[in-house]
Amino acid sequence: MTSINAASYLTIAPFLVLVVTGMAVLMVDLFLPRDRKGSLVALSIIGVLVSSGFVFDDWGKNYTGFAGTLTADQFALLFQLVLLIVTALGVLLSERYIQQKGINHGEYYALLLFSASGGMLMAASRELLLTFVGLEILSIALYILSGFARTEERSEEAAIKYFLLGAFSSGFFLYGIALIYGGTGTTLLTAMHPDKLNNAYSVAGVGLLLVGLCFKAAIVPFHSWTPDVYQGAPTSVTAFMSAGAKVGAFSALIRVLTVFLPVSIVWHDIVWLLAAATMIVGNVVAVLQTDVKRMLAYSSIAHAGYILVGVLAANAAGQSAVLFYMLVYTFMNLGAFGILILLGKTGKEFNSVRDLQGLAKTHPWAAAAMAIFMFSLAGIPPAAGFLGKLMLFSAAIQAHLYGLAVVGLLASVVGVFYYLMIVVRMYMTPAEREIGPLANAPLANFAVTVCALVTMLLFFFAEPVIGVFKEGYVTQTVTAALVQPAPQVAVQASAAGTSPVPTSTVVN
Amino acid sequence: MQPQSAISFVPGRPNSDQFTDLHSFLPLLVLIVVGVLLAAIIVLLSWVLGPKRSTLEKLSPYECGVEPVGNARERFPVKYYLIAMLFIVFDIETVFLYPWAVSFRSAAAGLIKSTASGVGQFHLTGQYMLGEMVVFILILFVGYIYVWKKGAFEWE
Repeated sequence: MTSINAASYLTIAPFLVLVVTGMAVLMVDLFLPRDRKGSLVALSIIGVLVSSGFVFDDWGKNYTGFAGTLTADQFALLFQLVLLIVTALGVLLSERYIQQKGINHGEYYALLLFSASGGMLMAASRELLLTFVGLEILSIALYILSGFARTEERSEEAAIKYFLLGAFSSGFFLYGIALIYGGTGTTLLTAMHPDKLNNAYSVAGVGLLLVGLCFKAAIVPFHSWTPDVYQGAPTSVTAFMSAGAKVGAFSALIRVLTVFLPVSIVWHDIVWLLAAATMIVGNVVAVLQTDVKRMLAYSSIAHAGYILVGVLAANAAGQSAVLFYMLVYTFMNLGAFGILILLGKTGKEFNSVRDLQGLAKTHPWAAAAMAIFMFSLAGIPPAAGFLGKLMLFSAAIQAHLYGLAVVGLLASVVGVFYYLMIVVRMYMTPAEREIGPLANAPLANFAVTVCALVTMLLFFFAEPVIGVFKEGYVTQTVTAALVQPAPQVAVQASAAGTSPVPTSTVVN
Repeated sequence: MQPQSAISFVPGRPNSDQFTDLHSFLPLLVLIVVGVLLAAIIVLLSWVLGPKRSTLEKLSPYECGVEPVGNARERFPVKYYLIAMLFIVFDIETVFLYPWAVSFRSAAAGLIKSTASGVGQFHLTGQYMLGEMVVFILILFVGYIYVWKKGAFEWE
């Protein structure tokens, strides 16, 4: 018999801290005057730091809590760490931007923290219902955040679209859980009997789960909300969402697929097609965009496709490649959005591709940073994006996914075109619009500088980081107890009026 | 009937018997049948026995004080939505508190053993249950202070 002990609470401590910090932010905000919300930024950052302290405290211990439903394996911890980095960068990038936009409410930071805590729960969960709870915590906060600029029509449109489609996809996910429960008799991923993973209920259930998760990760054909929401939401929210929602969704996707991929050839082919379609559609449609935020939205779809290749590889190399790519993607993508945030002024924003023309003359540092992010997103060598792609595709080759690797490489060649087009416009064409001085935002400046430096340095000093990320693979083997005949049912026992007898043994 | 039935739903237990064993739902069926019959009898009796002095006003369907027939595109003050949302929050609180209170005593006595997963069972201790409920109430309390300070309870 497992009792709920202190170790159980340590598994949830990292995201519990974020939730508590979020509530503290809400409370403190009530007593602050409107123009002085600086302490909330400090409070949020402290929360993120304490939370990462708990993550490092769990480091390498590899235990489970709450009767095996939550785990603190390296896979979960690394995902949580990436998510904490996303949150910290998101908070720093937002501070000045939401002031300028006149949406400087304390709820903003609280929602950011709540959302991150949901994603962290998804990473740690091995129980589908808990994953669903995490997914909803992550998403509901994001729905509100995308509509946070209430007076802007685009922002409202983004929120409504995201909410309606997101609620719908959550329904798919939940129904998938119900069917899997029907097919396997459990919602705990590690407790599913191998013989029961291939019956009609389970297969239909996994299909629905895939729909729900692919929607959150913006995988073609469930991507149609992405450009509108990314464009409409406040840029700081887009920056957070582009990495945060993906981290949560992919962690859950990997945990589900490590159980179901090996048992059925169906999922292999379907995920293969999803990955190929996502890489092709994302890259090709991005070429046609004239709005940088929209272009980055399609680029994020394309990157979801690359990451899905690593998921499909389904080996330890693939999973750690996904994690490493998530880290790199966080820095380069938040950095690119950070540049747009820095260019923004009160009342107007410079999001069109043409606005960036001649940026190298007026703002050489911003242009240089943007160029680094573009090179990295394109996967051109002196930047970390190249290494990430290299790891993903070599994991694919290891798993004999030659066709998919070829599709991915060809698609990223298309990708190079639109990333470099931005660089060309910044450096080789005269300015069309007067941008004026950058926003006086030391925190956002700091965040963008960190992003640029890390994107460069990760390329040159990658080895120790990759060494750490090599440990990040899912450790969920089916427990031996399941092969034994199923224990006496508690339902029957209680219906008969006797107290239920514990007959199963704990294997953890 | 022992209070164990309060958590007789056992998630994550790999056993096919719980899908075929429908006996535990028999009381539910009886309840549905009795409920329908009782409602039918009461309506029938009041129709048979009741005095009928009808006016036009009385014959119109009851709609909580709102005009039953008219343009549906009426304007509602947005305050109603606010109250409705707040009501749901505190209503949920009661919904959770009630079964918790019912099963607390037997949990504190160590009578409830709940299966949380397919691999193990854990003890629901009184401490644990009290702690969880305190956390739950605290979260709602934070929400309460929040809406209060935001002025959501002021009608004007």
